[in-house]
Amino acid sequence: MKNTVPEKVPFWLDPKKRAIFFQFITLCLVGLLGYYLVSNTLHNLEKQSIATGFGFIHKESSFEIGESLIDYSAASSYGRALIVGALNTLYLSFIGIVITVILGTFTGVARLSTNWLISRLAAIYIEVMQNIPVLLQLFFWYAIFYETLPSPRQALNPVAGVFLCNRGVAFTVPKTHPVHAYMAVAFLAGCIIIYLVRRWAKKRQERTGQLFPIFRVSMGLLLGLPLLTWWMGGAPTELNMPKLVGFNFIGGLTLSPEFIALLLGLVLYTSAFVAEVVRAGIQSVSKGQTEAAMSLGLRPPMVLNLVILPQALRVIIPPLTSQMLNLTKNSSLAVAIGFPDFVSVANTTINQTGQAVEGVVLIMLLYLFFSLLTSAFMNWYNKKTTLVER
Amino acid sequence: MVNIVHSSRKAEIKPPVVDIGVIGWIKANLFNGWLNSALTLVTLYFLWKTVPPFFRWAFIDSVWNTTGQACRDAGGACWSIVSSNFRFILFGFYPYDLQWRPLMAMIILFVLLFFSQNRTYWKKPLAFAWIAGLFVMGLLLRGGLFGLDPVESAQWGGLLLTLLLSVFGLTAAYPLGVILALGRQSKMRAIKTLCILYIELIRGVPLISLLFMSSIIFPLLLPEGVSINKILRAQAAIILFTAAYIAEVVRGGLQGMSRGHYEAAESIGLNYYQTMRLIILPQALKIVIPPTVSQLISAFKDTSLVVIIALYDLLKTTQTVLSNPEWMGFSREAYVFVAILYFLGCFSMSNYSRKLEKELSRGD
Repeated sequence: MKNTVPEKVPFWLDPKKRAIFFQFITLCLVGLLGYYLVSNTLHNLEKQSIATGFGFIHKESSFEIGESLIDYSAASSYGRALIVGALNTLYLSFIGIVITVILGTFTGVARLSTNWLISRLAAIYIEVMQNIPVLLQLFFWYAIFYETLPSPRQALNPVAGVFLCNRGVAFTVPKTHPVHAYMAVAFLAGCIIIYLVRRWAKKRQERTGQLFPIFRVSMGLLLGLPLLTWWMGGAPTELNMPKLVGFNFIGGLTLSPEFIALLLGLVLYTSAFVAEVVRAGIQSVSKGQTEAAMSLGLRPPMVLNLVILPQALRVIIPPLTSQMLNLTKNSSLAVAIGFPDFVSVANTTINQTGQAVEGVVLIMLLYLFFSLLTSAFMNWYNKKTTLVER
Repeated sequence: MVNIVHSSRKAEIKPPVVDIGVIGWIKANLFNGWLNSALTLVTLYFLWKTVPPFFRWAFIDSVWNTTGQACRDAGGACWSIVSSNFRFILFGFYPYDLQWRPLMAMIILFVLLFFSQNRTYWKKPLAFAWIAGLFVMGLLLRGGLFGLDPVESAQWGGLLLTLLLSVFGLTAAYPLGVILALGRQSKMRAIKTLCILYIELIRGVPLISLLFMSSIIFPLLLPEGVSINKILRAQAAIILFTAAYIAEVVRGGLQGMSRGHYEAAESIGLNYYQTMRLIILPQALKIVIPPTVSQLISAFKDTSLVVIIALYDLLKTTQTVLSNPEWMGFSREAYVFVAILYFLGCFSMSNYSRKLEKELSRGD
């Protein structure tokens, strides 16, 4: 048999070389486009005599921000204004997420209820909320607030200590007292102790098979420790009542109409999606699992804890996290009704300084940071809960 | 033997009245157990307290076709705000005498959508009909040919703008999304990295930041003297945004294809382009129709965000009406009307997607 010399493949038919060529071309094109855009931008900025760079962050902002978690005045720098905005975004998203998860879980369970009326109502709620743009809902709630509610002088008083008016909602809160800080510490300590007790109880159960009433002990610790601290600190019961002074309420805890409208809109919208996620998660665990667990002799709470929840959560958590991220991203709509979140502060900054590129880059970076954080968590969670198959 | 059968037939007992019919249904679905009974009663009480007053407000005490002043004297809902400003809400600043043109365009769009939802029509003629339809719609809106007066695109608004942004946004974003998804699955490192960067970057930021970019930064990116219309810029932002999401949906479909398909295509000598066009994409895209439709729904809802960069879409024209002193203070009615429009659009799409999912899972 003749030893054939392999025919030389022309380079345009060699997939490897061709791939390198294609990639090279693509990179060149992208690079050229980028260069073109950047040079245009620089040229345009120069012509409008706008300085590039983040130097503006240290300049005096000279605008007021309605709601702030930290000290802020018009004399503070733009950097501080942006931090105020970022904190407001975080604060709003955090509260929103907590309420959304609770409401969404309830609605999801209600959707599966054997009670026809409840299940129908939940379905209507889910359909209506999912199919109306969240921005429209924000506008609607905001309009309800400032059009329907009376002025502070005729504020509605549905429950003692709560006042509803078009300037917001004022709540009665306990007067600040040093004991409150200790109570928070006690609560955290309770959490840590519960974590340790759980670990110990699990080990003991594996060793001896004895069960430990972990739920009751946890609840006791979570409620008992702060209460005990409160009692030892002299049990202060003084209240901080909101009072009508002039045209507005002073004292108590006042939530602005913007904040409430935003919270209401985001929570009602997102919880409809969360409800669907929860429903899908519960339905993903087949009935046979429950029956098998029951026939092993587990009691209902244990069936839920040991058999159903671990499997349902594996289905629920990933889409739930992405809904939480959605809520955080949608909180940027605050700019439309004037709540000072990060986007709206950045927008004001852009308008005042003309630093459009830097402003938009900052907005994108903040949200990218949130979503990277979320996807890091999801990867960790998925790795932790993937089914280990033999 | 015969006797036994006979006697058992005689002894057949009808189920008790409380277990069948309406009463049985109520018992099984509303009052099974004390918890459910309590829930039912509480819910009924709640409905009794809310539904009749709402009904009264919306229908009995409401006024439908009056001036703003008459509305203020009426006790109920003021639907006059919608009926008096109907044409402005739907068409924005489009010249009043020429509004039959956007109306025609919308009718064409709805007819096309109507035929597209039936899968038996999913053939070449429908594609041509869409191309022709989009062309005629563009012609009707822009004018300038065949004796139609030209209308600046800056004057397009209202429901018209919302529909345009969604339809053109989706038709342009879909192919781009497919290309991005293919790029993400590619074996070529550089292309894969670029696509991943793009998709993750866009999915990580809110649409509003892209819209800001379109309204503030796009003009800076262009060479001197060149300027692009604001609507087009927002449209570009919506396309870029939606494409990233569609890419992720399509990727799901591509990953759902088994390796055997690729190998079979390779073994009969198809190249990459042929493999994708003839084997992979037709199947992968079919798998992901339902999630694609839900992506379309959210894109449709997201077009409302252009309000924030001051484009006159459906929501913005409504707000403009509300800022008119005559109609100030009737936000509820106006927003309810807009919500109904959006709801009809989204709900019919999601219903359709569910129907399609059922049809596809039946396997044909």
